[in-house]
Amino acid sequence: MKFTLSWLKDHLETDAEVHAIAEAMTMAGLEVEHVADPAAALAPFTVAKIVSATRHPNADRLQVCQVETIDGMKEIVCGAPNARAGLTTIYAPIGAYVPGLGVTLVEKPVRGVVSNGMLCSASELNLSDESDGIQELPPEIPVGTPVAKLFGAEPVIDFEVTPNRPDWLGVAGIARDLAAAGVGTLKHYDVATVRGAFPSPISVRLDSPEMCPVFAGRVIRGVQNGPSPAWLQTRLTAIGLRSINRLVDVTNLIAYDRARPLHVYDMARLVGSGIVVRAGQISAATPSQEGGEHEHLIALDGKTYTVDPTMCVVADAGGERPIGLGGVMGGESTGCSDETTDVFLESAWFDPIVTAQTGRTLTISSDAQYRFARGVDPASVVPGIELATRLILDLCGGEPSEIVLAGEHPANPLPFAFDPAYVKQLSGMDLADDRIGTILGQLGFLVTAAPVGSAQPWIVTPPSWRRDVEGKADLVEEVARIHGFQHLPNIPLPDQGAPSKGVLNPRQARVRIARRALAAMGYAEAVTWSFTKQDIAALFGGGDERLLVDNPIASDLDCMRPSALPNLIQAAARNAARGHGDVALFEIGPIYLGDQPNDQRTVIAGLISPRAARHWAGSGDDALFALKADLMAVLDAVGAPTASLQLAQGSNRDWWHPGRSARLQLGPKTVVAEFGAVHPRVLKALDADGPILAFEIVLDAVPEPRSKAGATKARGNADLPNLMPLTRDFAFVVEDDKAAGDLVRAVQGADKALIAEVRVFDVYRGAGVPEGSRSVALEVVVQPREATLTEVEIEALSSRIVTAAAKVGGTLRS
Amino acid sequence: MPDSAAPLAVLELELINAIGSATTVAEVEAVRVAALGKTGTISGLLKGMGALSPDARREQGPMINGLRDRVSAALAGKKAELEAAELDARLKSEHIDLTLPARPRRKGGVHPTMQVMDEMIALFAEMGFAVAEGPDIEDDFHNFTALNFPPKHPAREMHDTFFLKPDPETGERKVLRTHTSPVQVRTMMSQTPPIRIIAPGRTFRKDSDATHTPMFHQIEGLVIGKDIHMGHLKTTLETFVARFFELDGVDARFRPHHFPFTEPSAEMDIRCDRSGGKLVLNEGDDWLEILGCGMVHPNVLRSCGIDPDEWQGFAFGMGVDRMAMLKYGVPDLRPMFEADIRWLAHYGFSAFAAPNPASGLS
Repeated sequence: MKFTLSWLKDHLETDAEVHAIAEAMTMAGLEVEHVADPAAALAPFTVAKIVSATRHPNADRLQVCQVETIDGMKEIVCGAPNARAGLTTIYAPIGAYVPGLGVTLVEKPVRGVVSNGMLCSASELNLSDESDGIQELPPEIPVGTPVAKLFGAEPVIDFEVTPNRPDWLGVAGIARDLAAAGVGTLKHYDVATVRGAFPSPISVRLDSPEMCPVFAGRVIRGVQNGPSPAWLQTRLTAIGLRSINRLVDVTNLIAYDRARPLHVYDMARLVGSGIVVRAGQISAATPSQEGGEHEHLIALDGKTYTVDPTMCVVADAGGERPIGLGGVMGGESTGCSDETTDVFLESAWFDPIVTAQTGRTLTISSDAQYRFARGVDPASVVPGIELATRLILDLCGGEPSEIVLAGEHPANPLPFAFDPAYVKQLSGMDLADDRIGTILGQLGFLVTAAPVGSAQPWIVTPPSWRRDVEGKADLVEEVARIHGFQHLPNIPLPDQGAPSKGVLNPRQARVRIARRALAAMGYAEAVTWSFTKQDIAALFGGGDERLLVDNPIASDLDCMRPSALPNLIQAAARNAARGHGDVALFEIGPIYLGDQPNDQRTVIAGLISPRAARHWAGSGDDALFALKADLMAVLDAVGAPTASLQLAQGSNRDWWHPGRSARLQLGPKTVVAEFGAVHPRVLKALDADGPILAFEIVLDAVPEPRSKAGATKARGNADLPNLMPLTRDFAFVVEDDKAAGDLVRAVQGADKALIAEVRVFDVYRGAGVPEGSRSVALEVVVQPREATLTEVEIEALSSRIVTAAAKVGGTLRS
Repeated sequence: MPDSAAPLAVLELELINAIGSATTVAEVEAVRVAALGKTGTISGLLKGMGALSPDARREQGPMINGLRDRVSAALAGKKAELEAAELDARLKSEHIDLTLPARPRRKGGVHPTMQVMDEMIALFAEMGFAVAEGPDIEDDFHNFTALNFPPKHPAREMHDTFFLKPDPETGERKVLRTHTSPVQVRTMMSQTPPIRIIAPGRTFRKDSDATHTPMFHQIEGLVIGKDIHMGHLKTTLETFVARFFELDGVDARFRPHHFPFTEPSAEMDIRCDRSGGKLVLNEGDDWLEILGCGMVHPNVLRSCGIDPDEWQGFAFGMGVDRMAMLKYGVPDLRPMFEADIRWLAHYGFSAFAAPNPASGLS
């Protein structure tokens, strides 16, 4: 919302300068976004009179003028052909910044003659687009008059109107708050009743009072329309509005002055003598037109709108022909032009929700729509039409009819009980009751004493334009913002003492640990969208209709992601396209398996795109097993029961490489993580080059360590045997389709007391091993417990190991 | 000199010379075996002492033993000397060019938004705030209605809400939460006051330009008690902002604003200077909007089953990504979500920069 300082001063008696007003507005909740102050740019420029002008001694086209200025007589060199003795014009002193030229004047000789300033044209001051020589001003204007004053250039304030305050969409409403905030005194205007000379020839019928409960109309006959007078044009154009004609300009003026939208119809173009306000209609369905035909309206903006029954229509011809969308925009067919002589003036109240909905549905906005959608003062219907009548009569002449008033305006806000002590209770600010009462009174609230014996001492009635106020907290806000938030006391929260333990729940704590662990392992944390594209989601088991975004920001972000991997893979591909192929990324975030609150999971996803640069010492670790190590380390860090996790290969979902992926589970139903190489088909669909290795841990599936009631954090004794461990090597031949992990697990289980660890130190295929099998060499670490083992005991253990291996298909290699 | 002394002296001279001229540990060993081995010359002399007369033994014993000791010492000395030389030579041959590069190790890091989230959680934890979370996909009630957004009210439009497709059966349209306030609602509906929580998480609005992304992060806070008023709000937030920006204090102003869910409502600004192309807080004539806040609207309390005549409190919310940008000088919001490893390497944080009271926030 924009307004000029002079407009504000029509409603507010104040000497405050524009920046003080802007500051006061901001601190009262009318957040100023911009103050344009053309007067500031014009401040150095004043009116001057050329006393004499003689030709420059060294230049034919220049003149040396003696000029009477605010700074006394000045010798100024001027190149304008119209510079002549007796001309009243504009003077810029040395040091002035000339906005149209973009230069600051310095004292310097022009062809040998020092110019003590400059005589200016309107375009050099950005006051006009083009100029023919220096500005010629009427001779009666005194020397020294500020140019800003002459050209009516004045500050414009632009501020944000919060949706709760439609009354700020009129300058009068802004003035009221500023007066309460102590910036000046509010000027009250009584709206005079204009007596009608004849009954309105136009009648009004309200068929949809829920959309339009009240409608006032009046005919003014014999008006003379045409361009508005300069003051009205200036007032509107200064805030960026277009001046149309007197009748339309009056409605715009009142919309911005009183937040009261109006509409004018050219009576000559109305059909019939009755206006009907009703819901939009659809003609009865016929075989040729299934569902019936919607009404259409060509609005004043020249566009054709399809009306539906949720919208409010103003119609003539006995209600047949739509001539306007109520509270939104009038129709082209009945608009006023310079030829208009008889006008029908409308002042009504349209339901905010209906008006807002119409604006959204038709993507149409207007000053009226904006105001009605936020809520116009319902009590302004009649004063609004009276004010407009007066202005039209003043500007266009004519003879008014009586007002035709249909319906009644919605109820005013109801009074409620209020205890002024609540101001301190809620805001902490200690204000005297008088001060509280004064602020509320200045804002238009009616404050009366409650009957003796009431629980709360005051009865407060909000004004008709404050339909946002419904209770005591609203009143505290009014008092607090006008008194000023700078007076809020400083009170620390009651001290609860330092928390006895961390504030994070176990899941939150695990996320934090996983994040720092993966960062330490060399993975860079990424944060990617919760969205992906539906067909990409489908590649990862998602893409369900229930998870589609109805109004996506972009078509490739139209679905909630079923996995964090697609975004990470695409990120890796983008990095590769920039020449950074070797990346390790991770993300800890949500995935969405459904649209219910408990369908969201937290995943820890990691990705490696192994493209290590060549190194003089050869390639490093196998990337897939390095990733597996990282995965196990993260799981260990978050306290997952890594020892009891089963590794199942061959059962991963289909975005994984079938031969190079596996899952970690606690039984087939509790899958904790999947990892491995991503399927090349999926990579191709994502425009990513393989191989890409990844893991995704579903944190919600990782059981939390059980905390026993009354348990302390003490850890029990460490296992620190005194006896030296010993190692024995075995090589088992197993068929290729038997998992090495099963062999290791079987050997580990051969003697759980003695076998501390089983390490795989070689996997061999070739001579000496049958085709289709491989030799897996194990180093078994044996930890004696009670006494050193004898050869016999070691032999016995060895044979138990061989037996255990045999059960999973391992035969000792001879 | 007795006659017997002369051959010993000769022997000693021979042995010492032999030791002296040895060039390898093996040669020294050969001399040792020749002199002190089972059949060595000195060993022979020592063995022969048993056959000598007591007098001769008394005379020759010390001479032979002396000879043995001196030769042994010479052997040990030479051996040590040669071993040292051989070690030197071997080590010299083991030279490795350490100017060769080590195998590069990937450098990981923590995303700045997440670092800042951790910082904020740490600061609020010290003030006794617990951390509450809730789902990203919300229903209309938790995201709007319970927060005093009247149905179809223009205030809903300001949020540029993302909707999921309507449920084919019920027609209900789920929303992507536009703020983390639904977590406040869920907390108030499931806990009895007093309440002191923060609610961090992902939030979504249909907006995309240099300062808006369709997804971003918020931290909101909620304090409910019997007598919690705007003075508490002011001190809590000023303390937080000062500590977050690691300043001794903060020149802040609270500016009235409107939110449907708070009454009174305010925005908090920090004095700042942007004239030099970078942001300096607490100086200059400019104001930087930091967060929105206010006293929880009685209608919100009522919607959540809390009696507004008994309980009251404040709430606040801020953009985490934006706070990260302000604190760490990140110029543009959009790269936050692009996972460009060059950007992550530059703006990311060490795994070990976990905020704590001893070493600070980052």
